[in-house]
Amino acid sequence: MLAGMRKREWGVLAAAMLIATVVLPLLNAYLPAEHPLHVSDFSINLYGKYLTYAVLAIGIDLLWGYTGLLSLGQGLFFGLGGYAMGMYLVLMIGTRGQYHNVLPDYMVFLEYKELPAHFKPFYSFPFAVAAAVWVPALVALIFGFLAFRSRVKGVYFSILSQALTYGAALLFFRNDFTFGGNNGFTDFKDMLGFDVNSAATRRALYVATCILLAGAYVFGRWITATRFGKIQRAIRDSENRVRFSGYNTVNFKLFIFVVAAIMAGLAGALYVPQVGIINPSEMTPDKSLEAVVWVAVGGRGTLYGPILGAVGVNALKSWVTRAFPEYWLFFLGGMFVTVVLLLPGGLVSLPRELARCAGRLRQWGAAKADARKLQAPPAAQPVAEPDADTRPEDAR
Amino acid sequence: MSAADVILLLENVSKSFDGFKAVNDLNFALDRGELRTIIGPNGAGKSTMLDLITGRTRPDEGRVLFGEGRDLTRLNEFEISRLGIGRKFQTPSVYGDHTVFENILLSLAGSRGVLAALFAKVRRAQRDRIHEVLGIVGLVGKAALRAGALSHGEKQWLELGMLLAQDAQVLLVDEPAAGMTDHETARTAELLVGLAGSHSLIVIEHDMEFVRLIARRVTVLHQGSVLCEGSMDAVQNDPRVIEVYLGRQHAPAGAAA
Repeated sequence: MLAGMRKREWGVLAAAMLIATVVLPLLNAYLPAEHPLHVSDFSINLYGKYLTYAVLAIGIDLLWGYTGLLSLGQGLFFGLGGYAMGMYLVLMIGTRGQYHNVLPDYMVFLEYKELPAHFKPFYSFPFAVAAAVWVPALVALIFGFLAFRSRVKGVYFSILSQALTYGAALLFFRNDFTFGGNNGFTDFKDMLGFDVNSAATRRALYVATCILLAGAYVFGRWITATRFGKIQRAIRDSENRVRFSGYNTVNFKLFIFVVAAIMAGLAGALYVPQVGIINPSEMTPDKSLEAVVWVAVGGRGTLYGPILGAVGVNALKSWVTRAFPEYWLFFLGGMFVTVVLLLPGGLVSLPRELARCAGRLRQWGAAKADARKLQAPPAAQPVAEPDADTRPEDAR
Repeated sequence: MSAADVILLLENVSKSFDGFKAVNDLNFALDRGELRTIIGPNGAGKSTMLDLITGRTRPDEGRVLFGEGRDLTRLNEFEISRLGIGRKFQTPSVYGDHTVFENILLSLAGSRGVLAALFAKVRRAQRDRIHEVLGIVGLVGKAALRAGALSHGEKQWLELGMLLAQDAQVLLVDEPAAGMTDHETARTAELLVGLAGSHSLIVIEHDMEFVRLIARRVTVLHQGSVLCEGSMDAVQNDPRVIEVYLGRQHAPAGAAA
């Protein structure tokens, strides 16, 4: 029962990790491209991207599914983590940019004379990783404290969180905010001395993402199984009762909000080197909304549903945007509406719902059979009355 | 009545919402171990009074003193709760997704911090205490059930159990018999009467049948202040109460329900 997971669940997790972090990379690295089991570099890169989304989705589930806090601004924290890593990566380009200057290209273009002071520590990789944690955490702490202390909740919290990420996006769009304006950072070359565009680096990043995802999942399983997790769900179901039972719910909500922000930040930090760009569009409200749709479609309050939702919806997106580029938003909206109306538990509840439907059908069939029997003429009834009780078909 | 016996004291408390005086210069004292019933027509300020005691709203004027003279008007809901004042809401609020056992567990007196919650384990003494509480409210057999699956009356009892689990000295109980069957109502009355003495209770109730079952001292609220106070009989025969409840029809006093 360690970390709230049963043995079987650990087994499934171990198997999934073995396939994801060992088998797929091996198939990518050692099989020739024409082999049917070969996994292309493109695929590995794509999976890596999906799995960073899954980490973001787990954070949203901890907030929305378990605590009842629907944040529509998680893209902000994802973006902040992404920018922290992006600052490091953009500095690592060195003099290999278009202008062959130690300054990043956009700074040369905007006629910066020297590197802004807040960029300097980002020559250090550990600093950048740390920043991908503490910057989102700090922003979440401040925003969460103000919102929760003022008892902003329900849709008001959702709207406010969306306004926050929108405001941040507008800020990052500005050239004088020093983060490259609407172009953001791109054309990355190295990460820790390795070429970020090489197949081997991509594999390593993909494996790192798998490990982060597994860590986020196990952490989520653990925390939701603790007393803290019980209080989370109690807050979701009856916050007043929790408060009148002597809990300062502000602290509990703040803690999980910061945790989700850190998950989003780390996911963003792994996303950027894999997609090769970070710009303010990651912080626009539609990105955050889309992430909520992944969680809803997968099944909130389950932790594995959001993983399924993030990967599934994005795989579908990759296909739809190639096959019918104009219709993606209709697909997304349609999926959301369908899930909300017909399958509130998300895709992961599908087997259970189907079983329930099947059960109801069986019951209905049995009731019909019973009705037919009752309508049969009395002469057909067995003469021996007492025996009737023992016949199982005559269930009342 | 000496001051030492008073556990809860409201002094000249007033509260208005948008110009409406919900509570108007209210003076009220609850003795230690007492069971006090508060009645009054809709809008008399009964629930607002509980809000003022529990920190949900702050009074515009006046003081709310607890125990040895601690002023509650500056404290938050959770701080007041930790001092030992428990409140049962009008509509039963339990954690529907948790089992009955877990509902009580989360209410047990003890640390309320985030870190403590991350590493808390259910200790043997806590388990025993939970079963003791479930015994008092008559839900032992339902410990493993989801609270959401309980009947309305059982939810009310569970919520009372949650207050007991947090070791509240003062229990504020808002309409405990609402929506209960006669049998459940009788059991609830028994339960509340049994808690008096070891606890101090304020019970707000509309249902006069129920009030008659539990009432010792009754306070009648009207337009935000105390109209009269006394035994059930005295209150029922008070012409002002009849006036308030029945308007101008002068019905026989016994029919004040």
